[in-house]
Amino acid sequence: MDNTNLKARILEIVPDAQQEENKQYLTLLVPAAKLHELAVKLKTTSDLSFDFLFCLSGVDYGKQLAVVYHLNSTQHKHYIVLKVKTDDRVNPNFDTVCDIWRTAEFHERETYDMFGIRFNNHPDLRRIFLEEDWKGYPLRKDYVDEVNIVEF
Amino acid sequence: MKEIVNLPVSKPEEEEYHINMGPQHPSTHGVLRLLVSLQGEIVKNLKPHCGYIHRGIEKMCEKDTYPQIIHLTDRMDYLSSHINNHAVCLLVEKALEIEVPERVQYIRTIMDELTRIQSHQLWWASFGMDLGGLTCFFYGLRDREMILDIWEETTGSRFLQSYNCPGGVMQDIHPNFQKKVHVFLKTFKKKIKDYEKILSGNVIFEQRSKGVGMLTKEDAISYGITGPSGRGSAWSCDIRKTEPYSMYSKVHFNEVLRYECDSYSRYMVRMQEMYESMNIIEQLIDNIPAGDYAARMKAVIKLPAGEYYQRVESARGELGVYVVSDGNKTPYRMKFRTPSFTNLCVLDHLSRDMKIADLVAIGGSLDLVIPDIDR
Repeated sequence: MDNTNLKARILEIVPDAQQEENKQYLTLLVPAAKLHELAVKLKTTSDLSFDFLFCLSGVDYGKQLAVVYHLNSTQHKHYIVLKVKTDDRVNPNFDTVCDIWRTAEFHERETYDMFGIRFNNHPDLRRIFLEEDWKGYPLRKDYVDEVNIVEF
Repeated sequence: MKEIVNLPVSKPEEEEYHINMGPQHPSTHGVLRLLVSLQGEIVKNLKPHCGYIHRGIEKMCEKDTYPQIIHLTDRMDYLSSHINNHAVCLLVEKALEIEVPERVQYIRTIMDELTRIQSHQLWWASFGMDLGGLTCFFYGLRDREMILDIWEETTGSRFLQSYNCPGGVMQDIHPNFQKKVHVFLKTFKKKIKDYEKILSGNVIFEQRSKGVGMLTKEDAISYGITGPSGRGSAWSCDIRKTEPYSMYSKVHFNEVLRYECDSYSRYMVRMQEMYESMNIIEQLIDNIPAGDYAARMKAVIKLPAGEYYQRVESARGELGVYVVSDGNKTPYRMKFRTPSFTNLCVLDHLSRDMKIADLVAIGGSLDLVIPDIDR
């Protein structure tokens, strides 16, 4: 399916998704509340069948925190990038997708570790690289590194 | 006198207990700790604990320029350092819309395939050793030495070369390069027959790897298990075929697929891939065109604001580089989707209800590199 059809299909499911500019992949900004519902449909609908989540990354856009999902269909060979954003920097949370794509389990733990974004219904949401008692979330832009005082 | 306390008699087959495998354990190939819940010697549950060698490469990238970042990528998956460099270079070239000279594409592809061969050699060496064949370790390291020698001449380094740079490679190939690669191919084609004799048809090896760690194609896709491990489950996931870069669209090679879905199947994929890599190198090595070894680049590389993604096939699977650029000379956010990190998450699923000795075989067949997990 080409990007125009793909966009139309997704707007049927989530009418308030917005397209973002990206030369490579079709990128859609989705309201966080609709994410899980959309993800289930992307995986299960036969003409979409996005079965491979090849990247899940957290991004700190300054004011907003975001999670970016790169999806691929191994059957139809099409791609899509989903983005969810939140203004809440104190207690950001999104729904987990690791019940849909199992690979998300570790990627979401990493995003929690580095950005402090919580994923609702995640089976085992703990820090993955840093110690349990680590203060702060290092990849956030407002993180102050008290250990390494030397700036690069 | 102390009273003798009657301790409750434990029945090991009923009681569940926990064992730490690692962080220093020969079969984890690095500092990875697996918290294993056992019932007798049956694995009931497994939790990997990572982070022992976490260096915060993604955080460092936010302070570094793109040519500097290349040196950090070497240190993620140190066994496919050329391919990691290549991924960042391709991303920068794609964002700046730079066409690299054909000579560079030839050199990079040959280097990538040499990387894949030496990575699989070292994997074969350590996988054999994990399952009790110490000879494998000596054979694998001995043959890998030839590739390291070739690299040392051309790149000046044996291990972490940082040979690729945005727009090309650091310096031209050494005059002996082609000759030495020919010698290597000729030698290794004989040596790999020994590999097959020692492990592939070995009864003990077959019994320890066949039917162990079954991974269906659906699970492989859902867990995102790419590379030889994914292709061992019949999933056609080779980025060199699905999204060809450099010379891969112009050379002929087969994507190796196996349908048994067990550890032996993943083993056979890697063995076959070494033949395919040699096949690719043979097609390219005599035809390297004359020309520049690097395109002209600006002194300061700034990517236009936007988001970019580049996928390459590393020796362990799909390596993804995701960059959010705000137009500065350093990336705003850089994420590496490393194959070992993603492949690690299936270890629990594969080793449940298997014996603890099988866990070693399964871990070996996934070919994990720990700095690639932790970054």
